[in-house]
Amino acid sequence: MRLVALLLYRLAWFVPTLLGLLAVTFVISRVIPSDPVALVAGETATPAQVAALRHQLGFDRPLPVQFIDYVGRLARGDLGTSLYTTRPIVEDLAHRVPATIELTLVAMVVSVIVGVPLGVLSAVWRNSFLDHALRVLTVSGLAIASFWLGIMLQLLFAMRLGWTPLNGRLSGFPPHGVTGLYVVDAALARDWATLGTALLHLALPAATLAFPALATLVRFTRAGVLDVIQSNFVLYERAMGLPRALIIWKYVLRSALTSTVTQIGLLFGILLAGAVVTEAVFDWPGIGTYAVNSIIRSDYNAVMGFTVWAGAIFIVVNLLVDVAHTVVDPRERIA
Amino acid sequence: MSGAWFVFTRLARDRSALLGLALIAGLMTAALLAPVLATHPDDVFELHPAQRLKPPDRTHWLGTDRMGSDVYSRLLFGARITILIGVIAVGASLVIGVPIGLVAGYHHGWFSDLLMRVGDIFLAVPQVVLAIAIAQTLGPSLPNVILALSATYWPWFARVVYAETRALQKEVFVESTVALGASPWRLTALHVLPNIASPIIVRASIGMGFTVLTAAALGFLGLGPPPPTPEWGRTIAESREFLPAAWWYAAAPGVAIFLTVMGFNLLGDGLRDVLDPRIRRRLASDG
Repeated sequence: MRLVALLLYRLAWFVPTLLGLLAVTFVISRVIPSDPVALVAGETATPAQVAALRHQLGFDRPLPVQFIDYVGRLARGDLGTSLYTTRPIVEDLAHRVPATIELTLVAMVVSVIVGVPLGVLSAVWRNSFLDHALRVLTVSGLAIASFWLGIMLQLLFAMRLGWTPLNGRLSGFPPHGVTGLYVVDAALARDWATLGTALLHLALPAATLAFPALATLVRFTRAGVLDVIQSNFVLYERAMGLPRALIIWKYVLRSALTSTVTQIGLLFGILLAGAVVTEAVFDWPGIGTYAVNSIIRSDYNAVMGFTVWAGAIFIVVNLLVDVAHTVVDPRERIA
Repeated sequence: MSGAWFVFTRLARDRSALLGLALIAGLMTAALLAPVLATHPDDVFELHPAQRLKPPDRTHWLGTDRMGSDVYSRLLFGARITILIGVIAVGASLVIGVPIGLVAGYHHGWFSDLLMRVGDIFLAVPQVVLAIAIAQTLGPSLPNVILALSATYWPWFARVVYAETRALQKEVFVESTVALGASPWRLTALHVLPNIASPIIVRASIGMGFTVLTAAALGFLGLGPPPPTPEWGRTIAESREFLPAAWWYAAAPGVAIFLTVMGFNLLGDGLRDVLDPRIRRRLASDG
């Protein structure tokens, strides 16, 4: 019963936070600019055109009315129309979401598979050579500009060595599929050649995106394992003569990872923010590239649409992480 | 003064913090003495088409760029922009965030909740996403980048100050100051604020690194100060079409960003170890 109450409490905060985000984007798009309509109309519009557009968009009404209208349209899934593609922004984004999901998922999986064991080893063999080397790696991962890392990887692996393609998602036709994730679709269709190219195209952007997330994960896992390893239950297990590997990789890791779960939200933030620039570097046809192209084309509507969309996704993911954490860790229910 | 000396001697014993301090000192020197240290100080604005894309040699230590300007000299002047953006953006975030955190932490009630919730909204979205929206709306320029970064970073300070202020309210010395009849203003300014200075300083150092990274990303996306400003992120974007031949053009600013951010991060970590005794004890047991 307590659990249900807590979940309801978390959900109750979700709506105000989302409304708050909309208030922020509303202020950015309607209140800060001296003339938002001129921004939407573009530089070539005549004053008469701007005035007509102002009335058409309802920008001549009082701000509170505009805000209610804004929230209402967003609630119906209307993010406005792109000035460049002249299509609804929701459609543009939906079209590009699978590419971003594929890239982000692969980066997340890579950083978890590599980062968690490294973090454990770093804690178990603390102050060893490996620990010091990993510390250099984590410090670098948090200090490097991901767009620059991507460009350097391109320079080395694509331009100089020619091992991987320079950019894009695939060189041939996309596999016939349902998920829109080329790797999954190609595997389902048993199209091994396409799967190979898809993976090769993924290698550099996924590595670029995964690096900062990996650094964060190694850091948290190390700290978590170090905390747990000193606790009494580990001492007890040692006294009971359990094999060291079993203690570390089963009991300590499980306990240490409970706190790492909360960091998934943070990790997702790193990945989402990183995806914007990483996609731009690798011409990856996802929502990040869409946002960057919209910036270049001064497609103001699309940039705002992307902000609302990315913010909403991020808030939803954090809500899910909160809920998952509450379910997984009974101690959370007390707080 | 003795407090600052204590912190410094403690920092000097921590090798990585010392490295961070050295990196930042290097950055400051580069920025302050840019006209002196630069081999071609006029190259920020001057063009030398005949010298285009020359690899590093004795006259051009880090080669030349697409306009024939000296990459090394432009890098030094770029350090000024980086420091300017970082210091003003973090400074403004401090000025906004610290009072909000203090007020929300001191008073209990709906207004405090509202203040912190507004901050949470900014924290709920990755900084670069909101900064992109703000910078795009205002147009690419140096003041607008700073504004976008300050507007999105202040909640971090509000958060830290709020949590620390709330924790301090349970302390006996705060209770006795209240009992002595001190006004809320006197209590927060003279007693609470000095006691929460450490986490604020640590957050400011890490925030500098974070802000420099985000500013570079904005510059890379074309939302930073317009050309011919030698902003590092923009320089990397400009260099891309001349790869793989002109590798130095792309490599140099990236290394500069890397060293700067690493300097602030290492210093921040070191300061946290020195200033926060709770963590220090944990590190000691960590071997």
